Amino acid sequence: MKKALSVAALALTAALALTACAGGPRIIVYNWGEYFDEELNAAFTKETGVKVVYRTFDTNEILYASMKSGGVAYDVIIPSDYMVGLLIEEDMLQPLDKGKLSNYGDVMEMYRDLEYDPGGRYSVPYMTGSVGIIYNTTKVTKPVESWDILWDPDYEGQIIIFDNSRDALGIALKKLGYSFNTTSENELREALAALIEQKPLLQAKMMDQIFDKLTSGAAAIGTYYAGDFIEMRKDNPDLAFVWPKEGTNVFVDAFCIPKNAKNPDGAHMYIDYMCRAESGLANVDVTGYSTPLQSVYEQLDEDWLEDGISYPEGGILQYGEVFKSLPKATRELYDRLWTDYNAAS
Amino acid sequence: MVSRRLKWLAAPYILWMGVFVVSPLVIVTFFAFTARDGGFGLDNFLQLRAFAPVFARSFYLAFLATAVCLLLGYPFAYALSRESARVQGAALLLVMLPMWMNFLLRTYAWMNILENNGLINRFLGNFGIGPLQLINTQGAVVLGMVYNYLPFMILPVFTVIQKIHASLIEAAQDLGGNARVVFARVVFPLSLPGVLSGITMVFVPSASTFIISKLLGGGKVLLLGDLIEMQFLGNAYNLHLGSAISIVMMLLVVLCMTVMNRFGDRGDVIYV
Repeated sequence: MKKALSVAALALTAALALTACAGGPRIIVYNWGEYFDEELNAAFTKETGVKVVYRTFDTNEILYASMKSGGVAYDVIIPSDYMVGLLIEEDMLQPLDKGKLSNYGDVMEMYRDLEYDPGGRYSVPYMTGSVGIIYNTTKVTKPVESWDILWDPDYEGQIIIFDNSRDALGIALKKLGYSFNTTSENELREALAALIEQKPLLQAKMMDQIFDKLTSGAAAIGTYYAGDFIEMRKDNPDLAFVWPKEGTNVFVDAFCIPKNAKNPDGAHMYIDYMCRAESGLANVDVTGYSTPLQSVYEQLDEDWLEDGISYPEGGILQYGEVFKSLPKATRELYDRLWTDYNAAS
Repeated sequence: MVSRRLKWLAAPYILWMGVFVVSPLVIVTFFAFTARDGGFGLDNFLQLRAFAPVFARSFYLAFLATAVCLLLGYPFAYALSRESARVQGAALLLVMLPMWMNFLLRTYAWMNILENNGLINRFLGNFGIGPLQLINTQGAVVLGMVYNYLPFMILPVFTVIQKIHASLIEAAQDLGGNARVVFARVVFPLSLPGVLSGITMVFVPSASTFIISKLLGGGKVLLLGDLIEMQFLGNAYNLHLGSAISIVMMLLVVLCMTVMNRFGDRGDVIYV
């Protein structure tokens, strides 16, 4: 549903951003919806005098479509790992000037050199998180350890999976013991066959709505994000969260500056401001996702560390794999497989 | 006749049409006939064969929704046309009232009603029945279409029936027609223009919807609208294929409408 709105919003964004106040320096920031403490924008403007035009998107693909359409020149964007990789590949980002990012040193070592952006030349991690299986302990009584549970006929009509090709095929790949980033056509075709086999068991496939469906108890088991699980469990204490043993998707959303940014200086100031400990803490409070900033991590309330979900011992990266940008041929194969999957009755 | 001097009054609308209707069509057509790497050709259209089941499903469900709207809407509009002006005013208000609320909200409300632990299933659960699989089915999608587009059937049909002059009906009665004959040979043929615009106004948005199928079909009932959306805002990002699907869908809709209007014209010729 959010997506439907954003189709319209996409058009509006372009119009609004262009007509927004002309006086004084300003930057246009494009971030995920519900993923930021927006009061920080006002605080940033107060301190620096740079106005912030703040816009949101719901999927990496909407961000990509908006950038490709060329309607707005964003100054700061916050895509996820594989999209950062794709934007680098298509030469749509500018290298960051680390000299202007005084707080960069606070980014934890393990997030500085990930495969989608070797050496962290183009991106500064904003938040990280992971996908897991969320299930209702009153309905799912078998032990949940593996992705196989999403293929268990006992839970027919109770299962929800992600409604996009990369996540859905990715989970099938993991279940079969392959990498999320495989380019092997055979492995991907096997994953497709597994998804088609699973289809009769599904209650639905969707994105944001999974949050409500699992929290309300309309579905018993589904895939969703660790950060949101913290919120979901407050409303429904019967829910539990598991990283399947085959490994899961760990994602990193990162600040980037597009090549065509109008105010790269302002953009650097903004990114640096958001890497301060106070900003990081405010964002963790609002979003529930995990910070890659060392000083923020050290100042967190005990509650965040207790359950081991947001900040597992030894870091989240050991529980899974980060998406890489796939070669064009593989992306096109994904499209074809996803179409076949959707057309299959 | 409108005097020539007043013609310029149409200019703003013509400009609007040019910018927001004609030029997008030209752009979509251009994309449909070009490939990702820039070459001209029919490749995009040749790929469409893979989507035949989606085309069939979309048109089938839109047809069902239109038929249900007609079966529900026509008798209602007809009955309403015979009521007093006060009743008509109140009834029309009630027909239009839901449209004052956001379309998405209304569809969301249906989700809560049809959900496995929603209103209906909780009620049935009191008697030990169910839960029935109501949501995420083709039936739920058709229901969503009927609920959202029914006013678009009722309003044009009502408007046309209401304008049928009473003297025509009286004349038919004077000539010995019983109620059935009067309806079949006078009222119904004269109401056809309203029926046809009602059908158009229900069928077209039903065939192209994507959000109803997403919310009430749970991503399991893929329609043309979803398919097109996937090309523009999904992983695929294939504007060319998306444009080709859009063009073919438009052509099919135009074809359906042409066939329907032919049928309508003939009706007029025979009976009037």
